[in-house]
Amino acid sequence: MSNITDNYPLSEKSPDRLTTPTGASWNDIDLQSVLDGTLSISDLRIAPETLELQARIAESAGRSQLADNLRRAAELVGVPESKILEVYQALRPGRSTPAELESLADELESQYRAGRCARFLREAAQAYAS
Amino acid sequence: MAAMKSKRLDLSSRRAINQDSFIQEWPETGLILFNSPFDPKPGIRISGGRLRELDGKPEAEFDLIDRFIARYAIDLTRAEAAMALDSTEVARRLIDIGVPRQELVELFGALTPARIVEVVNRLNTVEMMMALQKMRARRTPSNQAHVTNRKENPALLAADAAEAVERGFSELETTVGVSRYAPFNALALLIGSQTGRGTALTQCAVEEALSLKLALLGLTTYAETLSVYGTEKAFHDGDDTPWSKAFLASAYASRGIKVRFTSGTGSEALMGHAEAKSMLYLEARCLMAIKGAGSQGVQNGSISCIALPESLPGGVRGVLAENLIATLMDLELASGNDALASHSSIRKSAKLMLQFLPGTDYIFSGYSSMPKEDNLFGGGNFDAHDLDDYNVLQRDMQVDGGLRPVSDEAVLKVRRRAAQAVQAVFRQLELPPVSDAEVEAATRVESSADMPERDVVGDLEAAGRFLEEGRSGLDVIGALAREGFDDIARKVLALQKLRLSGDHLQTSAMVLPGPRVISAINDPNDYRGPGTGYSLSSERRQEIASLKQALDPREIGRERYAQSGGFLRETGEAGAGTDPREIVIALGPAFGTALRATLLGIPHREVLRAMIDGIRAEGLRPRVVKIYATSDCGFIGHRGAQLSGSGIAIGIQSKGTTIIHQRDLEPLNNLELFPQAPNLDLSSYRTIGQNAAKYAKGEPVAPVPTRIDNTARLKYIVRTTVLHLHETRQVVKDRKPRELDWSRIEAAAGSGAVEKALPA
Repeated sequence: MSNITDNYPLSEKSPDRLTTPTGASWNDIDLQSVLDGTLSISDLRIAPETLELQARIAESAGRSQLADNLRRAAELVGVPESKILEVYQALRPGRSTPAELESLADELESQYRAGRCARFLREAAQAYAS
Repeated sequence: MAAMKSKRLDLSSRRAINQDSFIQEWPETGLILFNSPFDPKPGIRISGGRLRELDGKPEAEFDLIDRFIARYAIDLTRAEAAMALDSTEVARRLIDIGVPRQELVELFGALTPARIVEVVNRLNTVEMMMALQKMRARRTPSNQAHVTNRKENPALLAADAAEAVERGFSELETTVGVSRYAPFNALALLIGSQTGRGTALTQCAVEEALSLKLALLGLTTYAETLSVYGTEKAFHDGDDTPWSKAFLASAYASRGIKVRFTSGTGSEALMGHAEAKSMLYLEARCLMAIKGAGSQGVQNGSISCIALPESLPGGVRGVLAENLIATLMDLELASGNDALASHSSIRKSAKLMLQFLPGTDYIFSGYSSMPKEDNLFGGGNFDAHDLDDYNVLQRDMQVDGGLRPVSDEAVLKVRRRAAQAVQAVFRQLELPPVSDAEVEAATRVESSADMPERDVVGDLEAAGRFLEEGRSGLDVIGALAREGFDDIARKVLALQKLRLSGDHLQTSAMVLPGPRVISAINDPNDYRGPGTGYSLSSERRQEIASLKQALDPREIGRERYAQSGGFLRETGEAGAGTDPREIVIALGPAFGTALRATLLGIPHREVLRAMIDGIRAEGLRPRVVKIYATSDCGFIGHRGAQLSGSGIAIGIQSKGTTIIHQRDLEPLNNLELFPQAPNLDLSSYRTIGQNAAKYAKGEPVAPVPTRIDNTARLKYIVRTTVLHLHETRQVVKDRKPRELDWSRIEAAAGSGAVEKALPA
């Protein structure tokens, strides 16, 4: 029976499975592509599928919280940095009302299909309110 | 100040240890490590799948941290069974090699903060070290360095980073004096870290939003600044909540960037928000919140607060306990030892042993790789000048502390190349120039005080623009390649590519050259008692053993070997003398023949001449014999005394150790013994000759005055051993003593052929 951790580390064992969210593959990224200017730093990103794979690996080692974190991260791959910083700021102490957090949660859920992150925000809102 | 009680007490009071601060416990303010009378009692109540009561506090009274822990950090399916176990029984399992790590991780994942502290407090310090050895997540220990300098000179930062990696550090952390320097400091580390044969992840400790930005731009490759506190008020003063920190952790992970959190005993008391709880109880809450947030790891061990727990009883044990709890939470552990913790070298080294001997994922979460004066993190408990000590400790204990001895040439080479690479990148990216003088200085200076001044205003403007224009790690890679630093460019790119894999997001990940990621997934700590877990490979053992200052013992003393014909000539077997006015000088088997100088390098010819002169000055007749049957000083002298007409003899070994012996004494007794050759000079040897003569004449004798140097044995024991070995090799058991013609000793004197003193 093959174990999920047999593929780890992915960069060594199965780099062919690794792509960027912009569609580039592991082997496309080399010094020449940097010099040609065909690559941008935003291409050097992890794909949600890869984060899910790492989440499963973490889970198989009994690390459910780390797996949850990686799955929230997978949802955030497509969320722009400005929005991420906005959500982070909103979660800091005394920055937002429960309603504001709720509306951010709605936005994450509807616009970015980030259901886990949305749930996490709602849990925060509830905790902040009590 | 009261009148001096005694000179000795007064001097003691001025020792380094007495510059440290020590206080008694004050539980009401949280100035206590364990067992504050105000700490809650362990307990849990669960109903309807919800945690209703945590360590005696009902859900309605939960603060944010309680809520977070209750929601994310306690395995409710196991909690009731786990909490029912006796604390001493659980403590015993921690050091029971029959109980595997994973079983304990699951058990501790179901305990409350108060119970975790109670269990850990049942272990003594050695037991905690045993538990840490078993419970750390990754099998291979490693080490992190701090790299900063007061002038924030980029060439020096890169050179220091390169040297740190050459020495084996696998993570580098920098920070800023002026935060606008951040992009350049990050850039310098990025380049320096990839210059030598090794590799390292790099980070820049700055405010959260800037830290995230640097990481997104690929100027840093991990982050460590996510601080957590054990009370809600302290958390708020840090301008965060457990949820905001957890969200930030996910943000980093979404860009494939490694993160660890930070916590540590003493921070809440320092901020005035300890709520009368013990430091360790609050730290247990922190660590549970960190686990709940889904962080792969933490740096703890009191970090910048370290001098506060160390002022209290049990402070150092408490810091070890917090390290241990981090591993019980299954977190990667970077175990502190960073900020200056004591004035006393003894105390600093003793404290270090608690992490160094068991091993942690990163023994230091910031070893000051440059001199303390350039450390912007709070001093650096160990710094660049302690690296040789550290390498010796690894060698002494046969412990892998993550570092390796390196040659001076390798250090200079890698420093220069890193500084040149930064110079080239600055040129290529049209940043303020780095001069050749800066490159040269960065290679060789002691600290930034010796660095040429840079245009600070120009640098800060350029750094601001760099960030505004969104220059990234790719710009750095391109610049390196265009300037001919392809090897560094490829290594930086390979690190950036790791983000695609997320391999280093797993617990306790470290990056090896390749880059190859090892973590608790593919290098899990499998310690189960003797013969298991991490052990030094034979290559690594050899590497640790090969200190640059370690000598080949076969080469020691070579310059003392005979190069040409001697000044002594054997004339036949030595018989018993009858002249009551003769003093025998009995030479060791190699003296003046196979070997030609003493331990200190005094030529044997001169030593012999000094003793002869001394005997003659007293009007007696010197007679010289060679003893072959023994190399022992006492026996040499004793054999000489049997042959001496006066019954008095001087015995001398090649290394210079001397004895005055008398015929009727037991071999190991003597009239005078000079066991420490390094304390003897030519005038001592002359006086020895005189004294021997006086004994023969029956005159009163004042023993030869010698210097006392208590470090002589320490300094010379290796050479003593090797020289004595050479002498012993000349022993011929059944060969009788030989008479020596020493007349050439005088012929040679003053002729220019006298051997010069050799280096000691």
